[in-house]
Amino acid sequence: MRQPTSIRKRLFYQLAAVAAVLSLAFVLVVRGVASQAAEGTQDDILAASATAIADSLSSEQGEVTLELPYSALSMLGTINEDRVFYRVTVNNETLTGYADLPVTNAPTRLDTPAFSTEIYRGDEVRLTSILRRVSNSATGSKVVVTVAQTRSGLAAITQRITVTATGVGLLFFLLATTLSLLAATSALRPLSRMTGAVTRRGPSDLRPVTEDTPAELAPLVGALNSFMARLRSSLTRTEDLITEAAHRVRTPLATVRTQAEVTHRKLNKPEHKQAIRDMIRAIDESSRSAGQILDHAMVTFRADSLALDPLDLAALITETCDRLAPTADLKDIALLRKLPDGPVPFKGDGIMLQAALHNILDNAIKYSPEDSDITVRIEVNSALHLSITDQGRGFGDMDFESLTTRYARGANVGDVVGSGLGLTIADEVARAHGGRLELSHNKEGQGACVSLILPYV
Amino acid sequence: MRVAYFALRLITALSMWAGAASGFEIEDRQIYNAASESSVLRIISTADRAVFEPIIFAFQQANPGISVDYTITGTTDLMKAIYEENAAFDLAISSAMDLQTKLANDGFARSYLPTNAASLPDWAIWRDQLFAFTQEPAVMVVSDTYFSQGAAPQTRDALIALLRANPEKFRGRIGTYDVRRSGFGYLMATQDSRTSETFWRLMEVMGRLDAQLYCCSGEMIADVASGKLALAYNVLGSYAASELATTDGFQIVELTDFVNVMLRTVLIPSNATNVDDAQAMVDFLTALRTRPDLVAASGLPPVDATALQDNPALRPIRFGPGLLVFLDQLKESKFLRSWENSIVQETP
Ligand SMILES: Nc1ncnc2c1ncn2[C@@H]1O[C@H](COP(=O)(O)OP(=O)(O)OP(=O)(O)O)[C@@H](O)[C@H]1O
Ligand SMILES: [Mg+2]
Repeated sequence: MRQPTSIRKRLFYQLAAVAAVLSLAFVLVVRGVASQAAEGTQDDILAASATAIADSLSSEQGEVTLELPYSALSMLGTINEDRVFYRVTVNNETLTGYADLPVTNAPTRLDTPAFSTEIYRGDEVRLTSILRRVSNSATGSKVVVTVAQTRSGLAAITQRITVTATGVGLLFFLLATTLSLLAATSALRPLSRMTGAVTRRGPSDLRPVTEDTPAELAPLVGALNSFMARLRSSLTRTEDLITEAAHRVRTPLATVRTQAEVTHRKLNKPEHKQAIRDMIRAIDESSRSAGQILDHAMVTFRADSLALDPLDLAALITETCDRLAPTADLKDIALLRKLPDGPVPFKGDGIMLQAALHNILDNAIKYSPEDSDITVRIEVNSALHLSITDQGRGFGDMDFESLTTRYARGANVGDVVGSGLGLTIADEVARAHGGRLELSHNKEGQGACVSLILPYV
Repeated sequence: MRVAYFALRLITALSMWAGAASGFEIEDRQIYNAASESSVLRIISTADRAVFEPIIFAFQQANPGISVDYTITGTTDLMKAIYEENAAFDLAISSAMDLQTKLANDGFARSYLPTNAASLPDWAIWRDQLFAFTQEPAVMVVSDTYFSQGAAPQTRDALIALLRANPEKFRGRIGTYDVRRSGFGYLMATQDSRTSETFWRLMEVMGRLDAQLYCCSGEMIADVASGKLALAYNVLGSYAASELATTDGFQIVELTDFVNVMLRTVLIPSNATNVDDAQAMVDFLTALRTRPDLVAASGLPPVDATALQDNPALRPIRFGPGLLVFLDQLKESKFLRSWENSIVQETP
């Protein structure tokens, strides 16, 4: 998988690269300028020396002669300890100095120093030559004064400047990269602030993002907000649809059922009565199915954004038992509650837990014979065990796994009406709360035991 | 120097060199064997054995196992040996700063940074090739016969005035170096001429008084001490000082207008083979100041910047390409001509 690209890293690398290029340019420019300046200085001193020597040329009895000035050479020794060579030629004959000193760049114009760089006596030397005319005869003599100096002082200066410039450049680079790191971080701060604001939200918080957004992020935030608004209205519509649908389907079915019962009473022919009974059963099944499907949809919907409200399980159980009491009474079934004294606090979605409990109790009543007991128990240890035990037909040897799948009904149902979603709903509620549904046999005889095991969050 | 004294030795030395074609003249050669020899350090030097022997012994004591092969020659011959004949030496010690400078400038010296370089004044090292280890002023020595204690002139101008006022008294009784024969004399004369115009007036006056010309400080000092000379100008101060310890009859005068200070230098020739020992000797010599016993025994005043600060008249001759100027053929011949015109007035 490709590593996600980081804007911060990219920004940092680009700024660092720019800083590196600038630092390098700085070092090269400083070095170039400095070494040029140093070379220029050496050339100037060499030219001054050659000029001083040329100025002390004279003619004596028709011969060119020279009174080498002390300062002409000593001035070359003032700024460094480089080796010095000189040569004076008259009409290409060496008058004095180092006869083997090469003069490759011979000056052609009077008093205009010509420079060149050569290797002489094993060292690189800078040479300056000056051309003079000395009027010792009718034609005059062409005198070339050459002064040369090695360049180790120059190299030392350039080296020193390079080291300093490199140090400064490196420092600049480090400073610039540190600053670009800070800049990248600060430029992206609004983004991380917004990320924080969004991630801190609860699962069902779909309010628009109102944090300060930089101009660049405004379109994104706008799009996000409008998306959330649409999502919110779509979710609201779904919720409305579920409650509405339950109501809209059940009410007409109830009306049809009442009508069918009235009709049933009026009819006399047994085959007609049977037909109406079949119809009533079908209506019951449809009504049951519609209710369970919508309950299931509601549970699924709520599981997506589970609410963790503090609630009292004991109160919840009492309420559910009370609601089912009339149905139980019809069959003379006693609903026994073995609950701890006082409230049983728990954090979860009350509506979902009620749906789960309702379905389990409904099953217990449905699949129990008349005149039996149903026990609701709460045991608290590391998790919360809520079990409902009946004395009915029990699960027999049915596969527990398959009973919790959607629309699965057991072989033991007989003519009991049902859609096969009850345990599915209870199972999903348990899972949404991080727990599970456990099916077992009544340990004290005939019957089934269904438990919700819910961990504390 | 001291040619007669070493005449006998010269013969032995030459016989040892027999077969080796060497154009430079050797005055003396002595080999100081180490008890258990591990290497030989070959030194060519202008310093007499009497001066240098204590240093060699001390060096051998500090570095046992090094035998020292010590060859004595004149300044020009030393230059010739290394510059022209590529003679094999590990160390060259000379009082001729200009010639030593030329050797270093022209690429005949090897670079080295002495271990005690930091404690040496800047002017004592040039190019990391030339190392000064003594500072020796050029002084005037005067005879007790002619000058009572402290009565000698203290400046060149005073000296000129004195000589002009008493030509009969000083005729034939003034000595100085024959700069044509002595490298040290030439160096001092050229530096004098550079420093002040009084030099030429002094030469003029000395020439008129039939100045006696010498090759060496030792003979001049001897003649002053014996009263044969009234004064000798530009004598090597270190010789005069060590001579004064054993000889009476003369005084040393450091003129107060200026005193040129010559630096005795050592360099490692570029063709040296025993570089390690040569470097050890350079370290030893440049640390001479830390060995008062050797200073006393050799009579060589060590490089000492504070001594120069105390007396502003002392002017150490600066290393640098300027020293090459008076080695220029044209310049030298012109200088010698002027000098001869001044001092050798009645050429026979
Ligand atoms: N208390 C019980 N005693 C015996 N069998 C049970 C009990 N509870 C559930 N069952 C078996 O598990 C099956 C699945 O139960 P579930 O509640 O999912 O479906 P249903 O009750 O058949 O239909 P409805 O969705 O209308 O409740 C049942 O059909 C039944 O066979
Ligand atoms: Mg059921």
